[in-house]
Amino acid sequence: MQTLRIICPNGHLGFAPLRTESFQLGVAAAPDYIAADSGSDDVGPVPLGSDTSTSPLAWQRHDLEQMLLASRKLGVPMIIGSAGDTGSNSRVDLYVGIVKELAAQHGLKKFRLGWFYSEVDKGYLRRRMQAGETVQGLDGYADLTDAELDATDRIVAMAGVHPYVELLRRGADVIIGGRSSDAALFAAAALHHGFPADTAYYLGKVLECASFCAEPYGGKETVLGIVSHDDVKVTAMLPAQRCTVASVAGHAMYERSNPYEELFAGGRLDMTDCRYEQVDERTTRVTGSRFVPSERIRVKLEGAGKVGERFVGMCGIRDPYTIAHVDEVIGWARAQVRARFGDSGYELHYKVYGRDGVMGDLEPLRDRPGHELFILVQGVAPTREMAEELTLTGLRQMFYARLPDVKGTAGSVSFPLDEVLPASAAYRWTLNHTLAVDDGLELFPLHTADVGG
Amino acid sequence: MSTHTLSELAKTIRSKNAGVNKITFDIIFRDRENYERVKRSRVLTRESVAALYRIPPERISDFVEYDPAYAIKFTIYRLTPSGSAGDGDIFGAQQYAPLLDLVVPA
Repeated sequence: MQTLRIICPNGHLGFAPLRTESFQLGVAAAPDYIAADSGSDDVGPVPLGSDTSTSPLAWQRHDLEQMLLASRKLGVPMIIGSAGDTGSNSRVDLYVGIVKELAAQHGLKKFRLGWFYSEVDKGYLRRRMQAGETVQGLDGYADLTDAELDATDRIVAMAGVHPYVELLRRGADVIIGGRSSDAALFAAAALHHGFPADTAYYLGKVLECASFCAEPYGGKETVLGIVSHDDVKVTAMLPAQRCTVASVAGHAMYERSNPYEELFAGGRLDMTDCRYEQVDERTTRVTGSRFVPSERIRVKLEGAGKVGERFVGMCGIRDPYTIAHVDEVIGWARAQVRARFGDSGYELHYKVYGRDGVMGDLEPLRDRPGHELFILVQGVAPTREMAEELTLTGLRQMFYARLPDVKGTAGSVSFPLDEVLPASAAYRWTLNHTLAVDDGLELFPLHTADVGG
Repeated sequence: MSTHTLSELAKTIRSKNAGVNKITFDIIFRDRENYERVKRSRVLTRESVAALYRIPPERISDFVEYDPAYAIKFTIYRLTPSGSAGDGDIFGAQQYAPLLDLVVPA
């Protein structure tokens, strides 16, 4: 095999539906694989912690249906990573169930479905720590402590290529993966067919976000990657988009602090010596990428822990005197909350839109608020009852703030609603760590079953 | 040549999460000329962006001039990880605005 062709229709399957025009053009380009990742830690810790998807079921099903039907029609494998935003076990089961339903609904011929799980048991991690293993913190996180592990509700490990390569070796036609490095599912296909890691991992890197490597900007459009033994070519499938030297080179730095390398379970992709050339109007060729294996495999762990139940409230301010003294309004309300609930055991957050609601401490124009403000109040507490009363106190007491020179004495804020609203429970990222393993399959139990026919 | 703002010279100015505890900023130019001009101007340096965002320089984890994409890129640590209660920008997508009006000398 001289080259391998993979199409990717969506950089985060389910988050918004793939665009069918460019996908069908991609299918017509005779790919050897159809693959997409479905996860991201961008969605925050709530989905992982509460074991939910942030993507609606209808959009997940839409993309899985499009991809499965194309995969079965062409007779080429389909690979999905990081099922259901988080890659937790329930999300893998959800996607496996959808694939089985679609197979029955469309009367698909028999195919082999492979899947693997990514959740890491807290007891297993605790035993590794007790045996002296350090679970190393990433990006400013301290190494994992027992207390942080205790505060964690759910952990997923980020798979590299290993479980995908093994499922392909076992003859899987369709793979549903738990949490994965998005590039790994593409790289695994190339590695399975004997292409070198140097180009295989770059292929994954450039395809992982679909049309984010193309211009003009437009998400959810299909791109085609072609890997050989010494280069990767990437082509935009939508006629209006092009993969240019600038768009492809630019993609290497997207969402990464270092544009020259990316870490995987088992090594790092070094893009320092990458060379980019335009080979036709919509295609860029990349050479010079290198994969450097690590001495020991370190797998990234993501974990989320519940902080408490959450309610939100909102109000506005128009009086310029009150706007100038908004911190005192908030201070008054906080004091009433302290009088009722004490100093600790809850969180109360105020976002002042029109001043620094978006950027917070990073806002350079904090001293130039607009002529009206919108304030979002969030209260987090151990129970829903307390969270509701906490948030309502923190909101409603703003109405009664005592500013010495205010002209309007009938209420300091405006209410669009006079109640507070239940929100998702509050979670936080407790694990952003790595763990050493002896085998890239260690944390990822594999399963296969024949479906359809 | 007259002075220009960064938004006049750059094709893309964006911010986005880089993992759960950092936000990365990309300033991408259409051509080498504008890229080199901004690099030479020293308008974007580790120190200048720390001053613009009023943060200590050690909160900037990386500052890179990335020639293959005609891009200048820097990354800052968040004070709390993305999506914690009170985080106003879970994706880190709206933190770039102060860069738009930076004045690049002639």
